[in-house]
Amino acid sequence: MFRLIKLIGSSTILFVEELGRFTDFLYQVIKSIFSRPFGGRDLIKQLEFIGARSMSIIILSGLFTGMVLALLFYSVLTRLGSVDLMGSAVGLSLIQELGPVMAAIMVIARVGSSTCAEIAIMRNEQQFDALTCMAVNPYRFVMVPRFLAAIISVPLLTAIFNVVGIFGGYIVGVYLKGLSGTLYLQNLIDKIGWEELRMSVIKSFVFAVIFIWISMAKGFFVHFEKGVSGAEAVSLVTTKAVVASAIAMLFADYISNSFLI
Amino acid sequence: MKKVSLEFVVGLFLIVGLSAIVYLSVVVSGISGFGSDGYQLSAKFENSSGLKRGAVIEIAGVKIGQVESIELDSETQESMVWMSIDSGVEIQDDAVASIRTAGIIGDKFIKVSTGGGDPLVDGDEIIETEPSISIEELVSKYMFDT
Repeated sequence: MFRLIKLIGSSTILFVEELGRFTDFLYQVIKSIFSRPFGGRDLIKQLEFIGARSMSIIILSGLFTGMVLALLFYSVLTRLGSVDLMGSAVGLSLIQELGPVMAAIMVIARVGSSTCAEIAIMRNEQQFDALTCMAVNPYRFVMVPRFLAAIISVPLLTAIFNVVGIFGGYIVGVYLKGLSGTLYLQNLIDKIGWEELRMSVIKSFVFAVIFIWISMAKGFFVHFEKGVSGAEAVSLVTTKAVVASAIAMLFADYISNSFLI
Repeated sequence: MKKVSLEFVVGLFLIVGLSAIVYLSVVVSGISGFGSDGYQLSAKFENSSGLKRGAVIEIAGVKIGQVESIELDSETQESMVWMSIDSGVEIQDDAVASIRTAGIIGDKFIKVSTGGGDPLVDGDEIIETEPSISIEELVSKYMFDT
């Protein structure tokens, strides 16, 4: 009993400490965005890594998500006799919910893990201390390009996911199930307005900030992990970063849904 | 070679991503109609239950506009619906606006039956309306009005 209470206390203290560190980290990163010099070259490199190289996986998963949605909605809507609502059903569920969430999960799996591991290894090799010694702001030099690249890339990837998903649904609906293609697109265009689209963009932006923040901060504070060090600590924080990013992203998804719908 | 390919790949990504956003916003959500060149008409309905902003307005099954706003008219306790009608479409002062449902679970829309009077202009009101049909009300009418 005594030990249980002690455990609750110590984990709360650890959590509050981590929250404080992470908040300060985010503040430092955002502050460093406005400091000179602006590393355009690094930004392009990160855009290539986070955005361009995620494009194939996003297109593939978007295509299959749209196709699965179309199959599912087809079987439900034929029972109700309103199969002409297929376009809006696929489009709305993609644009409002599945596009931002699936794209964010794909990017977390691909980019979050590697970013966290990379930064954790830099910390282990004391590269940040070296940068600070040379009067180079490590936030400016290492974090800001990744942060900016993520918040530029993820909304764009989400838009690609949405468009590809809509055409995946089109393929299944029109070519496999024999619906009218014009009907599918017209129904989609009629039902989807600026508000749904705005929601998609805001969500993906929020998800991008959350995942890149958690991944970078977990790696940056790898030396605060209790009881582990070296390679073991890197693997531990990488796992933790991916899990925490995904959970925080889904939580933020619920919050933004309740505010935006 | 490597430098060129890096910039090329990033540029390609940005172009594809931005064109996806443009496609979604212009084609799918159709926000090209900034400051639509139509005109506004109002109509008072006894009951506009289920009608939403952006609902379609049809004449003979052809889309001629959409619902701009729905509010309560405090004097008559009726639903005041403002409609944006495409320019070039004439609606006469004896036209009838009725709220209909597309299919069984479909959306509500406004069907306008044209008349033969003088055309309405911006800000006018369609006087004759039919409210949306509520199945619950019909059922209760048959059950309790004997």
